Amino acid sequence: MAETDTHAAPVAGPAQRRGRNLSLRRLAPVLAGGILLLIVAAALLAGALAPHDPLQMMPSQRLKPPSEAYPLGTDAFGRDLLSRILYGARISLMVGVGVTVITVAVGLPLGLLAGFFRTLDSVLMRIMDGMMAIPSLLLAVAIVSLSGASIWTVLMAITIPEVPRIVRLVRSIVLSAREEPYVEAAISLGSSLPRILRRHLMPNTLAPLIVQGTYVCASAILTEAILSFLGAGISTETPSWGNIMAEGRMYFQIRPSLIFWPGLLLSVCILSINLLGDSLRDILDPRLKQRGAER
Amino acid sequence: MSAPILSVRDLVVGIGPDAASPIVLDGVSLDIAAGETLCLVGESGSGKSVTSLAVMGLLPRGALVARSGRVLLEGEDLLAADRRRLRALRASRMAMIFQEPMTALNPVMPVGRQIDEVLRAHTSLTPAERRRRVLSMLEQVHLPDVARVFASYPHQLSGGQRQRIMIAMALILEPKLLIADEPTTALDVTTQKEILRLVHELQEKQGTSVLFITHDMGVVAEIADRVCVMHQGTVVETDTVDAILRAPRKDYTRRLLSAVPSLTPRAPRPVASAEIVLETVELGKVYARRRFLRRAEETVAAEAVSFALRRGRTLGIVGESGSGKSTVARCVMRLVDPTAGAIRVKGRDISSLSRSALQPHRKRIQMVFQDPYRSLNPRVTVGESIAEGPTNYGVPRDAAFARARSLLEIVGLPPDAITRYPHQFSGGQRQRIAIARALAMEPDVLVADEAVSALDVSVQAQVLALLDDIQERLGVSLLFITHDLRVAAQICDDIAVMQKGRIVEYGAASEVLTAPRQAYTRQLLDAAPGRDWDFARFMPREPAAPAAAPVADVAKPSGGH
Amino acid sequence: MPGYLLRRILAAIPVMVVVAVFVFLLLRLTPGDPAAVLAGDMATPEQLARIRASLGLDKPVIVQFVSWIGQLLRGDLGTSLISQTPVTTLIAQRIEPTISLALLTLLLSILIAVPLGVLAAWRHGGITDKAVMSFSVLGFSVPVFVIGYILIQIFAIDLKWFPVQGFRSISDGIGPFLQRATLPSLALASIYVALIARMTRASMLEVLGEDYVRTARAKGLRETAVLFRHALRNAAVPIMTVIGTGFALLISGVVVTESVFNVPGIGRLTVDAILARDYPVIQGLILLTSALYVLINLVIDLSYSLLDPRIRY
Repeated sequence: MAETDTHAAPVAGPAQRRGRNLSLRRLAPVLAGGILLLIVAAALLAGALAPHDPLQMMPSQRLKPPSEAYPLGTDAFGRDLLSRILYGARISLMVGVGVTVITVAVGLPLGLLAGFFRTLDSVLMRIMDGMMAIPSLLLAVAIVSLSGASIWTVLMAITIPEVPRIVRLVRSIVLSAREEPYVEAAISLGSSLPRILRRHLMPNTLAPLIVQGTYVCASAILTEAILSFLGAGISTETPSWGNIMAEGRMYFQIRPSLIFWPGLLLSVCILSINLLGDSLRDILDPRLKQRGAER
Repeated sequence: MSAPILSVRDLVVGIGPDAASPIVLDGVSLDIAAGETLCLVGESGSGKSVTSLAVMGLLPRGALVARSGRVLLEGEDLLAADRRRLRALRASRMAMIFQEPMTALNPVMPVGRQIDEVLRAHTSLTPAERRRRVLSMLEQVHLPDVARVFASYPHQLSGGQRQRIMIAMALILEPKLLIADEPTTALDVTTQKEILRLVHELQEKQGTSVLFITHDMGVVAEIADRVCVMHQGTVVETDTVDAILRAPRKDYTRRLLSAVPSLTPRAPRPVASAEIVLETVELGKVYARRRFLRRAEETVAAEAVSFALRRGRTLGIVGESGSGKSTVARCVMRLVDPTAGAIRVKGRDISSLSRSALQPHRKRIQMVFQDPYRSLNPRVTVGESIAEGPTNYGVPRDAAFARARSLLEIVGLPPDAITRYPHQFSGGQRQRIAIARALAMEPDVLVADEAVSALDVSVQAQVLALLDDIQERLGVSLLFITHDLRVAAQICDDIAVMQKGRIVEYGAASEVLTAPRQAYTRQLLDAAPGRDWDFARFMPREPAAPAAAPVADVAKPSGGH
Repeated sequence: MPGYLLRRILAAIPVMVVVAVFVFLLLRLTPGDPAAVLAGDMATPEQLARIRASLGLDKPVIVQFVSWIGQLLRGDLGTSLISQTPVTTLIAQRIEPTISLALLTLLLSILIAVPLGVLAAWRHGGITDKAVMSFSVLGFSVPVFVIGYILIQIFAIDLKWFPVQGFRSISDGIGPFLQRATLPSLALASIYVALIARMTRASMLEVLGEDYVRTARAKGLRETAVLFRHALRNAAVPIMTVIGTGFALLISGVVVTESVFNVPGIGRLTVDAILARDYPVIQGLILLTSALYVLINLVIDLSYSLLDPRIRY
């Protein structure tokens, strides 16, 4: 084992090479974070910001164009679009955060154990393979149609197909980390298994987990919108972005804004989370940058 | 000297195109005459590989940029040449072979096609003619059964064969200049010897000039006409090989040569204690790969390995890759479970103890790993790393840290190292930390698995001196695994030579290295490059007289099998 | 090689078993009475009993499982609660548009994404790279139905290049088919292109740092030969993998896209089943698409050994 001196020589990263792009790289996460903060604030303050009751129907005001009273116009039942979008943010964020937390809470311990115990690993991974073979949207649709359209059902329906991804991620990191000489050194030093897991293996999973968490969050918000759009989401009275768009479909040619505004907000929200995830990945683990995280 | 084939003048290479950023080559100049071998030597970071890549125009794009100077190949400035011209020159006028023949060949393409590509890119021969030429080139590099090799993938060939393929690829168009970047470093000594001979043979035949990059003074002594010593991006001195080895003018060259360990074994040390701290009896390890719907494949990694290590002594296990020397180390550490035989630590057999029953015995044997960049957890401070072991055995945290501090002093690191992280240290310093971590357990035996192989010679010499010093002060026994006979000669009292999982020769270092009884040991010694030179004394080595050391200090002499 | 083939095929069986057990348990372990949920609020006790019987919920669990597996092995995916037609028949009637749409999308995605990914990796850090990466983040973030409606607004309503909705079978001629399938395929391709381009770039970046790429350059090969003959083939395994696992995304996308563009395929069948709470149809679709997923990934698995001679275990 000898070294080639090209490796020893300091090699500039792309960021070092292009000063101008450096600012762009920093700007993207700041911008994304700012937008997310705005959306969170809008969701929390929906009650104060919304000009109308999002549920109140005004048959005389159906499908109105934007006006002073209705800044974004009204829907087919004469409800204020802006108010409905503001309240809709609550659902999206709740689903995004909820799914992420549950997925990580279940996936992390399973992945750690699978990475360390061969027998458990082979059984658990067969189950995870099977779960990953089921298209997540169809699985979610099935769960929602079986147990009714409450927000909890939707949360579960989105969470279950996401879990195997986290388990696989954590497991693969543990599998490669346990081959590291420093883990062997810890074994030689008489460290107990829980200690090795906690101290030498878990920290390795943290950065990829945070990054993957943002992707889970984005994907959950997207899936919730799709479920609602297909009529398999939370009940249609609740103003969620997907529901607003599902109702707007029939009037798309007359009033495209019914799909445009919630669609735009949804896209911007997911985009911001993804951008934040990409930047986190670059910051937390430069090695991951090359690999591209699992999707 | 007639007009040189290659002439590098005041070459400056910097990081990125920005003139303000640091430079890695600072005004390098060298010449190579027709048919000559110039060895470029230096430690890591000296810029020797960057120089070769700059000549080929292969510097990583955007990351390293040639800022000024000239690179003249037969008078033509390569730095001024455009891409198309450079492409035309590569392989036809200048060619290159690399360190790792496994990774330097495309794993998914048959090797014959990879050589054929050179002809396709640079000649207008018909497919039949090209095939004929490739096959004839394969014969010239002495590969057997060339038609089969032509259709083989790299993974189906041995390391030596792969390097022969690389050489065939490089020399098929008979270029004027061959650049060889550490081409034998990844190979075993016996293979290295054959490859060096092959390069020399083809060089004679084709009249090629060779720029040979190496860190190994032994190789330099074997093949160089002239030597160019590099250090931190500059040329220290350039001279004939004899002048460099006998009378170096510069301090740096003297220091570099002085650090090269001698093949002459150390003077025998008296046996201080008769206590055997570690003993293996007929130790064996068979790897069985069970495959679904297929018979289990068995690989014998170690077989009937018996040795004994006394308190305060150093036993070296030497052998080429695949000899099973690391398997033995890992069995002794119980990082893998042996499949046969016994491992006695202070008389107690630990070979089949359960995880929990093993716990009290673990601390008696500690290990120093090969790669200091991977054996320390990058997220844990040096102090925590060293204190981890003792705290596992109930030492209070404060006491463990106090011990860590004193150990850092013993291994020659400043006390403030305790709160820092591994990435803040160099490779040699990290290996010192790893040694301190092992010593924190107050072990009876320290297993060092190629512990100095990844280090530059000067650092290597310091770490070897440290190990010696520690042994003196603490009376610890060393089980030293290495492929490097020079290193073994400098540190070992006894040596066991392993081949194909078995110990073929076992005895006092002075005997094994000077009067080997087994053909394989002789072959190894014979292949050691520069075996006739004593670099540190700047003169050829005297033919060593068989040592008069008594055989009695070998606990269990055993002949070959 | 035949041994390798057989082992891979046998390895796919436990995955399918897990899928079957999982789908079976889904109905049985759902808290509450799924029959009541499926029947809706207005159901009479007779209707409820009929649904239970039709789902087989009125027998002991073991009996249910054995008879259910038996049905599956005979290729019986159950019967629709609404039309009383076998689910297999319903699917057979709707499969053609979906398959032609999916294949067109796959073709389109690979043709667009792979060269983009290669280019981005080759010009790592440059403007092309940034553009490709930005496009790929967008592809992940904008929901397929939003893209669908944007495409309809621009190309169908404003520019009138394509009809707004509808579908024509490929047997009606390639022209009419493409006229109606292009927009849905583009919408569907957005996320797939993003996925494949990103993976191609990542995999190529890794491979371009390998020694054999340097060797290829040292041989004086043209850059296109270096990129495509040497690098891409080595980078292919992760790209193939992501194409396989991305199939699950494609299924979700198809369901949504078909309902946006009013294509009478499997996706519409799904949406209709959701609205009618026709669980056997949803269950049958899950089983079918999962089997398809396993099959596709098996084929991709087998293709690895063609791409990389080292994989022959």
